[in-house]
Amino acid sequence: MQLVTPGIGLIFWMVLSFGIVFFLLKKFAWGPILGIITEREQSIAKALKAAEIAKEDLKLYQNQNEKLLNEARAEREAMMKEARETKDRILAEAKQKAGEEANRIMESARTEIKAEKNAAINEIKTQVAVLSVEIAEKIIKSELSSDDKQKSLMANLLAEAKLN
Amino acid sequence: MPNKINLFSFLISFVFIFSLGCANNFAFANEEHGAAEHASKKFNAGKLIMEHVSDEHGWHILTLGEGTEHEKHIALPLPIIIYSQTKGLVVFSSSNFVNHETHHAQAYQGYSLDEQKIISEDASEVFYDLSITKNVFALFISLALMLLVFISVANTYKRNPGVAPKGLQSFIEPLIVFLRDEVVKPSIGHKYHKYLPFLLTLFFFIFFNNLLGLIPILPGGANVTGNIAVTMVLALTVFGITLFSAKKDFWIHIVNTPGVPWWLKFPIPLMPIIELMGLISKPLVLCLRLFANITAGHIIALAFFSLIFIFGEMSAGVGYGVSIVSVAFTIFMNFLELLVAFLQAYVFTLLASLYFGSALEEHHHEEAHH
Repeated sequence: MQLVTPGIGLIFWMVLSFGIVFFLLKKFAWGPILGIITEREQSIAKALKAAEIAKEDLKLYQNQNEKLLNEARAEREAMMKEARETKDRILAEAKQKAGEEANRIMESARTEIKAEKNAAINEIKTQVAVLSVEIAEKIIKSELSSDDKQKSLMANLLAEAKLN
Repeated sequence: MPNKINLFSFLISFVFIFSLGCANNFAFANEEHGAAEHASKKFNAGKLIMEHVSDEHGWHILTLGEGTEHEKHIALPLPIIIYSQTKGLVVFSSSNFVNHETHHAQAYQGYSLDEQKIISEDASEVFYDLSITKNVFALFISLALMLLVFISVANTYKRNPGVAPKGLQSFIEPLIVFLRDEVVKPSIGHKYHKYLPFLLTLFFFIFFNNLLGLIPILPGGANVTGNIAVTMVLALTVFGITLFSAKKDFWIHIVNTPGVPWWLKFPIPLMPIIELMGLISKPLVLCLRLFANITAGHIIALAFFSLIFIFGEMSAGVGYGVSIVSVAFTIFMNFLELLVAFLQAYVFTLLASLYFGSALEEHHHEEAHH
């Protein structure tokens, strides 16, 4: 039967042409195609790996950043606290000192005022004595400036004395 | 993409030029049957189907005025090449087997055609028929197509490497990568590089010819992968490569199969005979599976069409009625054959790579535990 009898001519041409085409395809098609596909796959794999590494790095940097940030925040907090304490202390000290100073100044002012007052009183006293003597002198002088006056005075004084 | 359009327009114009060329420029191989002959002629489905699935000298395209006195066969004549031990190389056109005036079959240079087989008038003459038959011509077309497709794809790769595939490239690349990663690499192992070009050629050869066989007109339509000579060459090539690349373990496994009792090997070498039969049956099965699958597909599609004419001979109305069912079934068969075209190419390649893999296997018993 022809259908299941392999024809010698077809076998001959098949071997020849298939062989030639195989070598041509191997050299001009499969070589370049497979080479470039493999190359591309490798480059994609490499790029993916690099991206993965970059992601890891980024994560690491982010963690570091976070840590630094936290540290900075803590430091700031500490500094603020310290500053507040220092301020409070200084304020308290200043208040105390100011109070003391004020007291001292008041005290000294008070003593000074007292001394001044005493001095002034003493001065007034001396002035009053001097003034009284001077007035008395002037009065006497004016009272006894003429004879008439001296006589009237005598009379007055006598009158007064008589009344008593 | 100008590249893609070029390729497609090339293919389309190729088909058209050929079909037109056959009708106008090539010599008509005309055959007229006498009235007495055609009176007894009835539609013979078996003959039609066998003619379609077998090889022929010259490529029959269509018959004009069938059944009338002026029956004409339009065919593409192909070269007849005969190597005779007495006459040497004889080359002439297949159209010479038909007389141009009487349109009857005739002998030429001492040779004549009998049911597409060349016979010599001199019965003692030893000769080899190396003609470019329909299948050889279809084989050349498919191989030319393969060269065109894959070299153009390779050039696209070389022109822009490292870029995502485009056009025809993106159709071919998944197939190549699939074959490499899912078929060849798991079956053969780390030495797959050596066998990959052959297996790729094998796969695409079978795939292209299967698909071309589904096209009913000239560049396709031949039954190349459904021809036993073609599948035999493919299977024997696989067998030859298997034997040449076989390692020591492979031969030991056949001659002295490990793990079986000694009395199965001596004095009657039962196991070696069984192993040898297994070895020989592998290429035989490869060859027959492809042949049978593709030929069966062609036969079924043609049988559905023949139904139309068988019923049409009873009455034209029944013929038209059956044609609806037949065409529907043929369309279904064509889709099925599209799947089979890929599947058979895949199965052949897979089995070939498994055979290569088994030939290369070393430390068989350690591997068996994995």
